[in-house]
Amino acid sequence: MVKHEQEESPNRPDNTAFTQQRLPAWQPILSAGIVIPGFVLIGLAFIGVGVGLFITSRDVQVLELDYTGAVATDPCYKCSDPSIKDCKCTMEFHLDTLFRGPVFIYYGLTNYFQNQRKYGISKDDNQLYGDLDTFKSPASECSPYDYDSKSKPIVPCGALANSMFNDTFKLYRMVNGSKKEVPLNGKGIAWWTDQNVKYRNPSGTPLINAFNGTVKPINWPKAAYELDTTDVYNNGFINQDFLVWMRRAALPDFRKLYRRITKDEYQAGLPAGNYSLEISYNYHVLSFKGKKKLVLSNVSWMGGKNDFLGIAYLVVGSLCVFMSIVMLIVYAKFKFPEED
Amino acid sequence: CAGEENWVDSRTVYIGHKEPPPGAEAYIPQRYPDNRIVSSKYTFWSFIPKNLFEQFRRIANFYFLVIFLVQLIIDTPTSPVTSGLPLFFVITVTAIKQGYEDWLRHKADCSINECPVDVVQQEKVVRTQSNKLRVGDIVMVREDETFPCDLIFLSSSRDDGTCYVTTTSLDGESSHKTYYAVPDTMAFKTEQEVDSLHATIECEQPQPDLYKFVGRINIYKDKEEPVSRTLGAENLLLRGATLKNTQHIFAVAVYTGMETKMALNYQSKSQKRSAVEKSMNAFLIVYLCILISKAVINTVLKYAWQWSPDRDEPWYNHRTEIERQRHVVIRAFTDFLAFMVLFNYIIPVSMYVTVEMQKFLGSYFITWDEEMFDEELGQGAQVNTSDLNEELGQVEYVFTDKTGTLTENNMEFIECCVDGNVYIPHAICNGQILSAASSIDMIDSSPGGYRREYEDLFFRALCLCHTVQVKEEETVDGIKRGIHQGRPTSFYISSSPDEVALVEGMKRLGYTYLRLKDNYMEILNKDDEIERFELLHVLNFDSVRRRMSVIVKSVSGEYLLFCKGADSSIFPRIVSGKVEQVKAHVEQNAVEGLRTLCVAYRRLSESEYQEACHYLTEAKLSLQDREQRLAQAYDVIERDFVLLGATAVEDRLQEKAADTIESLHKAGIKVWVLTGDKMETAAATCYASKLFRRSTQILELTKKRTKEQSLHDVLFELNRTVLRQRSISGLSVDCLDFGLIIDGATLSAVLKPTQEVSGHGNYREIFLEICRNCSAVLCCRMAPLQKAQIVKLIKSSKEHPITLAIGDGANDVSMILEAHVGIGEFNCILK
Repeated sequence: MVKHEQEESPNRPDNTAFTQQRLPAWQPILSAGIVIPGFVLIGLAFIGVGVGLFITSRDVQVLELDYTGAVATDPCYKCSDPSIKDCKCTMEFHLDTLFRGPVFIYYGLTNYFQNQRKYGISKDDNQLYGDLDTFKSPASECSPYDYDSKSKPIVPCGALANSMFNDTFKLYRMVNGSKKEVPLNGKGIAWWTDQNVKYRNPSGTPLINAFNGTVKPINWPKAAYELDTTDVYNNGFINQDFLVWMRRAALPDFRKLYRRITKDEYQAGLPAGNYSLEISYNYHVLSFKGKKKLVLSNVSWMGGKNDFLGIAYLVVGSLCVFMSIVMLIVYAKFKFPEED
Repeated sequence: CAGEENWVDSRTVYIGHKEPPPGAEAYIPQRYPDNRIVSSKYTFWSFIPKNLFEQFRRIANFYFLVIFLVQLIIDTPTSPVTSGLPLFFVITVTAIKQGYEDWLRHKADCSINECPVDVVQQEKVVRTQSNKLRVGDIVMVREDETFPCDLIFLSSSRDDGTCYVTTTSLDGESSHKTYYAVPDTMAFKTEQEVDSLHATIECEQPQPDLYKFVGRINIYKDKEEPVSRTLGAENLLLRGATLKNTQHIFAVAVYTGMETKMALNYQSKSQKRSAVEKSMNAFLIVYLCILISKAVINTVLKYAWQWSPDRDEPWYNHRTEIERQRHVVIRAFTDFLAFMVLFNYIIPVSMYVTVEMQKFLGSYFITWDEEMFDEELGQGAQVNTSDLNEELGQVEYVFTDKTGTLTENNMEFIECCVDGNVYIPHAICNGQILSAASSIDMIDSSPGGYRREYEDLFFRALCLCHTVQVKEEETVDGIKRGIHQGRPTSFYISSSPDEVALVEGMKRLGYTYLRLKDNYMEILNKDDEIERFELLHVLNFDSVRRRMSVIVKSVSGEYLLFCKGADSSIFPRIVSGKVEQVKAHVEQNAVEGLRTLCVAYRRLSESEYQEACHYLTEAKLSLQDREQRLAQAYDVIERDFVLLGATAVEDRLQEKAADTIESLHKAGIKVWVLTGDKMETAAATCYASKLFRRSTQILELTKKRTKEQSLHDVLFELNRTVLRQRSISGLSVDCLDFGLIIDGATLSAVLKPTQEVSGHGNYREIFLEICRNCSAVLCCRMAPLQKAQIVKLIKSSKEHPITLAIGDGANDVSMILEAHVGIGEFNCILK
């Protein structure tokens, strides 16, 4: 057989670390000497973080005021009947100490399923982006909240928008027997992207022109273009309260930001004393066994009050330490005698 | 009307499409396929439906298709695009890949089907395409051409009506085989004569056994009774075999296209599926059950939860009118489907994609492996399917071909022993004849004159006692080696590579066989003199006698009979010579894995020669039992030998074959050698490759043995041996290991369903039981389909082991296709 002296065959595979599988590799050897100290370190770190979180969470002040009016003794009981319109009720409460600022006011609902799939998709994003074509023919997902009984298109359409929370609150501080209103700040409570990117009012001024030939959602007391007539940038689809509502809650018991107390003498917080909360009661929740509440809270670096996270860290950290002790015992029992 | 006729057991072929004279038999036309070979799976039209069907047979693909359809039909939480797009991607990529592969097969088929063939039509040789060939056509095949279909041999350019054929690509045997023409058609030597032949052939319908053929040829001559001759396998030239050493032959096509024995030996191309994929499919079903129960439970829970109306339809979330009117059962069913879609990621599409990608990359790592790169071929490993990478680590049985896989299929003369003295030729130096002094190493020297005579006789014996032919050729062929450098190169060609090796070895020891001219064999001896011997008779080799002889007449008028053969067949016939010494040497060589032959001679007196002549001619002329009579004659003539010596030839093992087999053994992998070769050769190789060690106890399950005892007894006896050993070795630490040797005939007897009381499958079980206890098994004389049968047998045994088959020839294809993992070799043999 004639053999050709081949210098380098063209088919010769590349001699690289990758193709010849010689890339450097490292695999940890999990010996007792590494695992036990590792567990102790991880456990201690977790316990440290857990203690920090738990203390921070404990310092957050929360005040919850249930105003559903389910029981006759409640001040808002009279308003809980759906047939009564424009009902107002007042709740008194007392703060023993300073409620450190900045104070956030939330409204809370329970047994309310904003996470229901059909409910969640029941909106028309194009409409909410200001697309005038969809004002005439809302998306089919909005059904049965797309047309009213006279076949007029509803804007904004859908179950989500239709069920927007519409109770309003006024907070008064009792100073020497007289009521002094606490200024509430409604700016900057919604997501920046919702206000500036996702939602947009239809073009054209005044806003009302765009809504010609449409009707307001059935449950709304006033149309979208009347949500805040004082501020163009808080009206229509980019109204802060609307945006907060449209961002759905993940769980059936939720709270949503309503206002912040940041102005005047309340920057440092709400001083101790008596307060009065005036509620215009429009939203009915008793039909589905829900509850309504108003929540005052301040925040820490880790957010609102949340004891769970700190406790979870503490439990995992202590488990790690415990396991390391168990392993040390096992190791001592079965390893050391061999070395003798 | 032909439909019924297709089912008859025999077919009648009209040579040259000439009808027989009236009155012979009714002309029953049968419909035969054309000579087209189809290996492709799809046609242009069937590609899309067939390919899609095959792809969706994978449970995963089908599952995602169902999910996709559900998403299209009902209102679901996720968009149909999320499952449709990846599915579409996977299906398209696979379809493109398979389509491309099939296109390549189409091209290959085309080139095979359109290769030119010479057909005799109207007394002329006409060139036509292979696929146009019909049953009954007379074909002319030239030397080194491959037979286009299965042919009945009519006549050849050689006077004796024989031709030489190599069937390497069919059964892996590299030796040249002799085929015979029917004596009555031998004389039709030109196309005109052949075309005038008026005959019909009756033969059985096609069957895959390569070595079986039964038929009859009826030759009609003018006004004479038709002559009828039987046809056997020695008359049938198989598609895929190659004509050697014969200028041209004429033959008539009997089986064409997909009915040829070669095509019947190919199995259908089924896609290989890895064991992991199979178990993955099983898990898939488990997960599917989990998914369905999950969806059912969730649907039930949903309706339980919405039982109270304030949860079912609170004021803030009313249903549409259509939804309210929908029947609760339909609602529940759509909810169920929606839950299915929601949870469908329990069967992750990403896992399939990841596994596929990983395998794909893994196959590239095999391709890139430098250690699997062959310098000579300039080619690395090639991965045909990436589906089987992970199988490689799970192999329990390795089935390997012998010729060309374990060995290089390249015989080399190693040494010879004359009367107890060992001669080792030096390595060839550019093929030049070396002087006597330098070419022979004398290991021990003994007194001159007497030794000298034996030496001369021995070398002459090897130069004369063979059927090697000298062929002068311009082109350089890979396997044969040139005699002289510079001059037009000549080659030794023989039906056995051993003979070539021996004659070449003699050349290196100073005795060159030049040629056979006018029945005189010419030898160039050590002193550069030409010696001439008249070749009187050749007593051909056969596997029963295991020896061959020649009778020559020297210039001085002496009659000499030279014989060479296996030691077992020579020694009983020895009357004088240094038997003990040679025997010891032969045994030593055999242990080294060399193929040994003994050489002996006998001086014949004039009367003895005449007697032998008489025996031979009588036997050759007999019409009945010719084989048997010849054997008797040989037996009478080949006796009273004087032992000259022995030779050792090596079929060189592939580099590191023994190491490989040893590591495979150590890894607990059972190695089976499946070969078409004869038992002795195969066994020698097995010893050389350390498949059988010296300590290995060999169990034989061969035709020779089953002739003496019934198969039943042999099987039970072997089984008992194995079991007894196992019960003993349970105590001792080093257990004796067993090697089994089985041949094709016995194997088919074992696998044949029997009607005995023991019932069908019983032999099979015993055989499997024996095999299970053997660390190595050698199967010789295997037909390609039998190789596949063995693999199948092991594969379907109760442990369901993973099997790997490795081979190089077309004869291994069916075995490779049958095994879980198949490895084909690029080799010099099969270009």
